[in-house]
Amino acid sequence: MADSKTKTKLDLKPVFFGKKEKKLLLDPLNDNNPITVQVLGICSALAVTTLATKALTMAIAVTLVVGFSNLLTSLLRKLIPNEVRMIAQLIIIATLVTVVSLTLQAINYPMYKELSVFIGLIITNCIVMGRLEAFAMANDPWTSFLDGIGNGLGYGVILLIIASIRELLGKGALFGFKIFGPGSDFLINTQSFSLLHWYAPNNLMVLFPSAMFVLGVIIWLHRTWNSKLIDAS
Amino acid sequence: MELINIFIKSAFIENLALSYFLGMCSYLAVSKSVKTAYGLGLAVIFVLGITIPINWLIDHFLLSENGLFGMDLTFLRFILFIAVIASMVQLVEMVVEKVSPALYSALGIFLPLITVNCAILGGSLFMISKELNFSESLVFGLGGGFGWFLAIVAIAAIREKIRYSNVPAPLRGLGIAFIITGFMGMAFMALMGIDPAALMGK
Repeated sequence: MADSKTKTKLDLKPVFFGKKEKKLLLDPLNDNNPITVQVLGICSALAVTTLATKALTMAIAVTLVVGFSNLLTSLLRKLIPNEVRMIAQLIIIATLVTVVSLTLQAINYPMYKELSVFIGLIITNCIVMGRLEAFAMANDPWTSFLDGIGNGLGYGVILLIIASIRELLGKGALFGFKIFGPGSDFLINTQSFSLLHWYAPNNLMVLFPSAMFVLGVIIWLHRTWNSKLIDAS
Repeated sequence: MELINIFIKSAFIENLALSYFLGMCSYLAVSKSVKTAYGLGLAVIFVLGITIPINWLIDHFLLSENGLFGMDLTFLRFILFIAVIASMVQLVEMVVEKVSPALYSALGIFLPLITVNCAILGGSLFMISKELNFSESLVFGLGGGFGWFLAIVAIAAIREKIRYSNVPAPLRGLGIAFIITGFMGMAFMALMGIDPAALMGK
């Protein structure tokens, strides 16, 4: 790991992954998590977390959009006049989201149908806009890109946690594999693979309120564990 | 009749905030006091009521296959819709400032926030997926906005009261707001069984 002294002395040999870069990538996973700390991007985080595969797709899509829109905005930051920066940023994001949406349609159309409007809503996902405003407009392309990817990952981790809990308790499955509850063929085949076949999946877990409860409890646990995040008010 | 049906459905049964999770960011950020929540709610009704019909016109006359350009340009939807929303918000801001300075000072700070409120873009995208016609999309916009307004004013009122309760420290603020919203969502789920068409004796 090169220290800052060599960095200033040898400008020709920039540090691609030093301490600062690592911090940029890892900070959003805990201390500065976009969902549980900055409270950004909640809408999609809750809507797509009924199934773990949906959450995973969404997490990848958002990570790509945040990373590349940060990169593009940072490259263009000196050309964008301050008065129209919102619209310029939105156009960059909307273009990337169109690319992601068309790609997803080509790769996995049923998944695209399932995510419905929420792929389009990445445009107004506050994480993307927030990172562009707070970071990419003032930093160089490489660190902006890392910051974007880091925030995308921080978002993805929470998404996967919520989705696993909801799918496990609501459908008795994880990534589509049956774990809890009676198998679909349990009347014929009583030996069908299932760890806890007495558990009846609770449908409330895939509905609106439980998403709120699960995220509320996750925030509670996160703040209990990391007490410097506690709200003073 | 059909229009009243759509209004009730979009405001209560398919509430944008409490059954589709739309606009949650500003819903949580601006619900600390009833007064500001009220202002933002009004601004959302306003902007939804304007942008959804405009986006309908754009989708119908510019982007669709039998529109002005005669080809399927629907892949431009996201870019055009968000551009319309951003410019409409700017325009509304300017008009309100000229016409009614009192309303402007009440809404002022919230108007720019609305561009990135996903309830607005979500409303336009739902308008596409529900295949509404022009008047229906106008009513859908107003109804959806009204439902969102109700939700944010309700949570703001509850959060004002809960400040006097003894909530565990790590749960304070954000955590408890989520859990309350969950309960509100449960209450709204009770409205799901309502069929406006049946109520009107159809």
